[in-house]
Amino acid sequence: MTRSVSSGPSRTLPQYGALAAVLLANWLLFPDFFSIRLQDGRLFGSLIDVLNRGAPVALLAIGMTMVIATRGVDLSVGAVMAISGAVAATLTQAGWGLTPVLAASLGAGLLCGLWNGLLVAVLRIQPIIATLILMVAGRGIAQLVTEGQIVTFTSPDLAFIGSGSFLTVPMPVVITAVLLGVTALLVRMTALGLMIEAVGVNRLSSAGAGVNTPVVLIAVYVWCGLCAAVAGLVVAADIRGADANNAGLWLELDAILAVVVGGTSLLGGRFGLLLSVVGALILQAMNTGILLSGFKPEFNLIVKAGVLMIVLLLQSPTLTLFLPRPARPRPVQPPAPSRAKPESPSPSAGA
Amino acid sequence: MSRTWLISAAAAAALLIGLGGAQAADKKLVVGFSQIGSESGWRAAETKTAKAEAEKRGIDLKISDAQQKQENQIKAVRSFVAQGVDAIFIAPVVATGWDSVLKEAKEAKIPVVLLDRQIETRDPGLYMTAVTSDTVLEGRVAGEWLAKQTGGTCNVVELQGTVGSSPAINRKKGFDEVVAKTPGMKIVRTQSGDFTRAKGKEVMESFIKAENGGKSICAVYAHNDDMAVGAIQAIKEAGLKPGKDILVVSIDGVPDIFKAMADGEANATVELTPNMAGPAFDALVAFKTDGKAPPKWIQTESALFTPDTAKAEYERRKDAY
Repeated sequence: MTRSVSSGPSRTLPQYGALAAVLLANWLLFPDFFSIRLQDGRLFGSLIDVLNRGAPVALLAIGMTMVIATRGVDLSVGAVMAISGAVAATLTQAGWGLTPVLAASLGAGLLCGLWNGLLVAVLRIQPIIATLILMVAGRGIAQLVTEGQIVTFTSPDLAFIGSGSFLTVPMPVVITAVLLGVTALLVRMTALGLMIEAVGVNRLSSAGAGVNTPVVLIAVYVWCGLCAAVAGLVVAADIRGADANNAGLWLELDAILAVVVGGTSLLGGRFGLLLSVVGALILQAMNTGILLSGFKPEFNLIVKAGVLMIVLLLQSPTLTLFLPRPARPRPVQPPAPSRAKPESPSPSAGA
Repeated sequence: MSRTWLISAAAAAALLIGLGGAQAADKKLVVGFSQIGSESGWRAAETKTAKAEAEKRGIDLKISDAQQKQENQIKAVRSFVAQGVDAIFIAPVVATGWDSVLKEAKEAKIPVVLLDRQIETRDPGLYMTAVTSDTVLEGRVAGEWLAKQTGGTCNVVELQGTVGSSPAINRKKGFDEVVAKTPGMKIVRTQSGDFTRAKGKEVMESFIKAENGGKSICAVYAHNDDMAVGAIQAIKEAGLKPGKDILVVSIDGVPDIFKAMADGEANATVELTPNMAGPAFDALVAFKTDGKAPPKWIQTESALFTPDTAKAEYERRKDAY
């Protein structure tokens, strides 16, 4: 059951279907939704906005997926974003070059991840509590770094990460795609993915089977911290400033939501990286749609919650029982014990 | 616990010394100021300005940082009462729950001045006066400038503050008043940018796409400068010129918007002055010398700034914030 992603159409249908439906709804609300043109050598259009604005949450979701696959959760990613942005902006303003700034800011993210990993893997504190510590403290650390102000910088090098483009594609989108690719290679081309799922399904028995569970756990939290730091850099570079009070605020919840919408269970085990990114894009497509629609801002949260509810209902194990589903190969039944009577069709076969 | 005890002990000691010394020397006013915290650049500037204004008047200002917590503010007020200060300034973090501690101050005959925010109380006699800006007026000043600048014909997009927050409601209300009496002026799009730079940029990007690539937008009105700074970047990335193709008017007067104005990318800002303590000190001194009670609400000035003075204003402000 927990073998790595079965990306068969039936499992991924709700996510891609939901994304298509939201994009379609946006197009109905705003006919120019899919029109894209070049502006100063950079793709420009609402669809690009969805990808570009969705990048920070997608980046968070990549790291968060693996944490959740180990049956954990990382509440500190929003605060880590604030720290990495604050470090980057403050050092840039102090005259540092791009390379040391990136190193310091990503290093800060790695350290935060290491802290979370040690709390969870070595001290065995429950992940939700362990990462709550940094969620609260991290924003304070970021405020200390920026001295409570919005630190604005003018360096075009750093700004390029947020608003530059590579072959006409906005940099945040490129960065997200690269990080997604690297992460997927790391976990799918090695046994790491399997180990992560094993730890998530049962930490004790995977340890018994020879998985070095503390190392696996620390690795996923460190990677999650790195992803958050990258997201923080993208956000700070985009607005050319570090806003310690607001950068990444509540985005940990969006990231968790993206992962769940993407179909990864909070109970750990099987995970889908690409689907989590699709989940993040669904969230952002909704946000962009609401902004384009001209609804009053008071409706934002209600519309968002309504759409989310539909997406999650489509994935509900109870409700999907009642939906017509495409034909799929029936699971191979183990040979019935010889003395069993011929019985009525197994009720669990379709579930 | 022991820390509280130490502080109380120190306060008591200070009181004793104060009683001994103050009788003889020419009385220097002592004011306790319970500040919310330092959550924004504006807040830090308010604290800094309060210190400077106190020094200018030879007033001894004791500042207590509440770190966004009302219970800390209540503790601070109690400690000021115990120290027997001449007046207490409070920048209240929330609107309710002040009655009992203000009663204690009143029984000790210590006048209380609210800074920057109002409170809800059944007995307005509990505080002497409140020094705040008129946020409706700020919106009106911004609207009137825009109406005058564009000859009364303008399609405006509005970046609102956090939904339901009182500055967002009032700054919208003031601006809407001007729109209502200017037939050619219209708000074509309005959305919340949560008072942040990132959201301001994101919302403006959508506005530009929704309004014919930004060609049918004449101006953007942002409820604070940070959102305007974000909007300016969105306008630039869409290949338009902020400040020319799309006018930018906002409220607060933080240093970054003066920089944008100096660069010709923003057109006007209405200042929310960080000098809340100055008028409060003046009212207090008048009350102490002539016994003249100030009005219940002292409004600070909502001055409009334009690019002409932007460079000088930026230089003047960048250190205060």
